[in-house]
Order: sequence, then C-alpha cells, then structure tokens
Amino acid sequence: MAELSIVEAINDCFNVELERDPAVMVMGEDVGRAGGVFRATAGLRDRFGADRCFDTPLAEAGILGTAVGLCMAGWRPVCEMQYDAFSYPCLDQLITHVGRYRWRTGGKMQFPLVIRMPYGGGVRAPELHDDSPETYYVHTPGVKVAIPSTPADAKGILAAAIRDPDPVVVFEPKLHYRTLKGEVPEGEYVVPLGQARLAREGEDVTLVAYGSMVPVCEAAADALDGVSVEVLDIRSLKPLDEDALLASAAKTGRVVIVQEAPRVCGFAAELAAILAEKAILDLRGPVLRVTGYDVPYPYWQIEDAYMPSVERVTAAVCRLLEF
Amino acid sequence: MAQVLPAERDLRRVIGDADGAGDREVERLGEQELLELYRSMVMLRTYDERSVVYHSQGRIGTYAIFWNHEAMQAGAFHALKDEDWIFPSYRESAIGLLRGMPASTVLSWWRGHPAGWWNPEDFRVASICVPIGTHVPHAAGLAWGKKLKGESACAIVFFGDGATSEGAFHEGANFAAVTGAPLVLFCNNNGWAISTPVEAQTRAETLADKAVGYGMPGLRVDGTDVLACYEATREAVARARRGEGPTFIEAVSYRTAPHATADDPRAYIDLDRVEQEKKRECVGRFAGYLRRAGILHDDLASSIAAEAAEAMREGIKAAEAEPPADIELLFAHAYVDPPSSFASDLEELRRTRG
Repeated sequence: MAELSIVEAINDCFNVELERDPAVMVMGEDVGRAGGVFRATAGLRDRFGADRCFDTPLAEAGILGTAVGLCMAGWRPVCEMQYDAFSYPCLDQLITHVGRYRWRTGGKMQFPLVIRMPYGGGVRAPELHDDSPETYYVHTPGVKVAIPSTPADAKGILAAAIRDPDPVVVFEPKLHYRTLKGEVPEGEYVVPLGQARLAREGEDVTLVAYGSMVPVCEAAADALDGVSVEVLDIRSLKPLDEDALLASAAKTGRVVIVQEAPRVCGFAAELAAILAEKAILDLRGPVLRVTGYDVPYPYWQIEDAYMPSVERVTAAVCRLLEF
Repeated sequence: MAQVLPAERDLRRVIGDADGAGDREVERLGEQELLELYRSMVMLRTYDERSVVYHSQGRIGTYAIFWNHEAMQAGAFHALKDEDWIFPSYRESAIGLLRGMPASTVLSWWRGHPAGWWNPEDFRVASICVPIGTHVPHAAGLAWGKKLKGESACAIVFFGDGATSEGAFHEGANFAAVTGAPLVLFCNNNGWAISTPVEAQTRAETLADKAVGYGMPGLRVDGTDVLACYEATREAVARARRGEGPTFIEAVSYRTAPHATADDPRAYIDLDRVEQEKKRECVGRFAGYLRRAGILHDDLASSIAAEAAEAMREGIKAAEAEPPADIELLFAHAYVDPPSSFASDLEELRRTRG
C-alpha cells in the first residue's frame, strides 16, 4: 500500500477507473491542461486524451447539463466543480433534471454521472471558496451524496460513485487535500456507498461527523482525558448507514453531531431527527449539534471562529456528560 | 473555420402567396415526401385541436397549445434521420407521434399518468422539458457524446423565443459550439413568452443574430412555411454531419393561440393580428401549395384527415383505458438502487390509506 494524500488518492482513483472503463470521462474547468486547480486530475489528459479529460467552458450549469446528454449517449461523465460555492449554478440542472431524469423515463435510462468538488473552509481563501453546501445536494431526490475524510476513502468512495448507476455527488475536504496522508490500497479499490466508518471505538459518547470534521472529532477525542469517545464517520449521507448510527447511539447513549455547514436544516438536523425518532430510549441526554453558524462563511481573518473547533466539541461533550 | 456572418434579416420562404406567386421548389423533395410532410402536419394539427377539446371536457389536464406551430415541427422533423435525437420543449409535446409514439402516450403525459413516461431511446425523443431552455445543454451533450463515440447521429433541440434569455440556452449553445457538436438549435420565435413580447426579451434585432456570438451560422425562416423550415433544417443537419458543428435556426411566426389552456391572451395580444395570422395558418398554406402543384386533392385530403382523427380516437380511448397508477410508483424509478427508507415509507402509506 502506498502512503498518499487525499488529492493523490483521487488522482490514483481516476487513473484506475479511466483505464478500467472507456466510458468514463472527466470534465470541468481547468481539469485538462492544468490538471485541476488542486491537481486532482493531473496527467489524465496526457494519458487518456483531451476528449476524456476535457477542459470545459466556464459554465457550471452547462457542465452538468451536457453531462446529462453525455449519459444519454452512453458516457459516464465525472464533473468537477472547481469550488464548493462555484457549484451553485449547477443546482438548476441538479434539481430540475439530474435527480429526475431516470424517474421521468420510467426507470428506462440511467444517468451514471458524478459531481465532485473540493468543499469547506479553513484555507484562507477569498469569499465563496469555503462553503459546505452538502445539504442542498442531499435534499434533492434522485441524487446520492458522499463525503470521505481519509485518503483511502477518497479513492474508494470516488470509485464507488463512478461505478454507481445513479447520480452521485462527492464532496472532498479541501482543507486536508495535501495535509492528511494515509495508506491507500493500490489498483481497483471500492468503498461501497451507504456504509459508515467507525473511526474510533468508545463507550461514553459518540461524535458523529463526515469529511473535514472527522479529524476535529478525533482531536477532540484525544483531548478528552478520561472519557471514552466513539467517532463515527458517516461518509455516505445518502444512502445513510442508519444502522451504524443507531448502534453507536445505543452503545454510548450520548451523541454529539459535528457539522461545518450552517446549522439550520443542516445534515446534523437530519441525523438528530433520526435519533429522536428511533433511539429516544437509548439516549441519556439530548442530541447536541456543534455546527457552523447561520451566517455567510466569513472573511478568512476570522474564519477560525466560524469553524467548529476542538474546544467547542469538547465543551459539548462535557455538557452532555453532565446532563 | 469558415467565417460566420450575421443572419440575413429576410425570412426564408418556399411557399408563396395564396395565388402561387413566389412558390418555389425544394431540391430533391419529391411528391411522396411532400405528402409525408403534409400527413405529419395534419397529424400534429389534429392532435392539438383534439387536445384542446379533451381539456375542455376534463379528459386531459392543462395543455400547451401548438396550433400553427406544426410547420416548424414537421418541417424540422422530416430533415432528420431516424437515428437523430429530438429534444422537445412542452410546445413540441407530440412530436414523438411522428416517430411512431402512440397518441395515448402523449395524452397520458398530459393526463398526469405514468403511462405518459417513455423511454427516450425507443424513439430518440428526449423527455418533454418543462422548465425553459434547460434541455439545450442536454442536447449539446448528447450530440457531443455521439460525436466522441464516432457515431453519425445528430440532435435537434426545440425552444421558444423566451428561452434565448435563459442562461441554460447560452451555456448549451456555447458548449455545442466549442465541442463542435452536431446540433441544430431550433428556435420557435412565435413572438410571445406567455404575455411578454420578444421585444421585451432582447435588444438584438433578430434572435438569429445571437448565433454569430457563438461562432455558428444563424438562419431565419418563416415559421409557418413548412418547406422553409424543412430546407433550413436539412442544411443545418448536413452541416452537422460534415463535422462543422451546430447551427441556429430562428423560425418566426406570431402566436395565434393561448400559451396554454390556462391562459387568456386577450389581455395582452393583438387580436387583429391574430385574426390575420389565422388566415394564413401553416397547414392551410401548405395544402394550398400542394393543390397548386396538383399533388393534393379533396379525396386525399379527406383520407389523411380521417386517418389522423382515427389515431386520436384510438389514442384517447387507450389513454382513458389505462388502469389507475399504483401508489407504489411514488417510490419507483428515481434510483436504480433506492434508499432503504422507501420500503418502510411504502408500508406505512399502504397501512394508513386503509
């Protein structure tokens, strides 16, 4: 196994999947000549040709809209949105067509496309390079959503998304693109969607997170002396591994959900609702959320105050233990 | 790349005045093809007129009328090969009939019944696009994808004058141009987007002028002249098949019917102009051309009309005979591999409905 960063693992996945299936193609802004602004697609244009690693016009709705047509012609397009917040124009196509087209054909045509994008803050970037927009996507029927937190999962989940017969959106934690390294299996490697990952076993409290909040939860677990903390990495928001969530809640009886996105109607609210509906008798205290605030993602000089911190997570855990 | 010039201002016409002045012929279009074109127009006209009646009888829901748009639809259609894909807006809801789709399918769509869902691959007709212009990128993507696979099929996408204000139109047209996609962008400029006149959509002198900005040719035709629509589309398709990329066609008419059955245009439209336009409506104009050429006569016209009427009688009968949709369909088809919650949702729904 090779030790790779998240962005290297994504690139490795592309090399494997484009080689494996000639119908897979990559498209997006600057993905070809530049190899992507984060170099996730570096080398693909040289290896597989400009048609299979295609530099598109600067048009996010156009990228996703043409991807719908490419599916109808038998392709499996993987669309890169250059940044989280740059993806908003593509929501028109996502909501009006991508999530509906198969349904509209009575299940006769498949739309095996992937949207992937770097997401999240903490990178000292200008406005609209820092958002966590997963809720907009996960709320859309007909679309699956996954968010890996480790290099191995970044490869395996992207491979699962590419092979999935339904449209899948993959958010990649850009904060950890290069800083987080880990063992990544070589060659074909698939992490099935719909399976959470138990990042750490514990007895007293469960921290539930995905993507860039998983390392925050792990650091909080380290910081909590004398508390046995379980960390559940959801990694697939839809389909959701409800069993893993309920099993962990039953085991510890205490759940804190950590989410970088703003609080109102965020994915943490969905998880909390599931726990309220199905785990109420297992819980020894309220389900708590540590989230971003309901504000526009801030100027980077004060962005650290917006991001859920280790301190906020440990404070929530202490509050829950004292309940 | 050949230089792309602004579109000609004058509308291309093939069919002349009622007295035959100005009639010309389309090359390589024989008597048989002319009659096929006429049959298609009559089929579409009959579909449309019957649908308005069915709506008033409560047998179909809200319906987008396309009366006097038959020339654009049939003209463009007959310039295509069977392998070519059609991306309709709701205004072209019945264009699949020309590819052999049963009338009951389209009627079921307007009845809100799942029997109105079809497999686009069966007819090379994409699903009806309800939002405005968002199917233009789909058509560009399909055409580009066919080209990438080395296949010869091209695509045509229909949209209205209002759609040219949409971002999706722009992005789709630009994508098609950049990728050299074999696509015909067919703009049905009937002058109105519900109540908004085309003058309020754009300051461009003509919609075809937009083509030059994408580096593609723009053609302007009389949208009520089926042969002009046919000829222009045939040129665009030939260009696409030669690998020269997309073409924009602006087919100009004046909307003579309400936007849809729920619309009352008396509040905004020029009713005198509507009456004038109705006198030169496209099916009658083409019938006149064919009669002047000695191709169409009363008996043939009646039998073509009877054929279309019979297809509609069969169509509504079959659509109304569809059994009610099972509620299980609520959960079907959105995913190949649906979330596990669907099973318990369906179980709960069945239980609570009793």
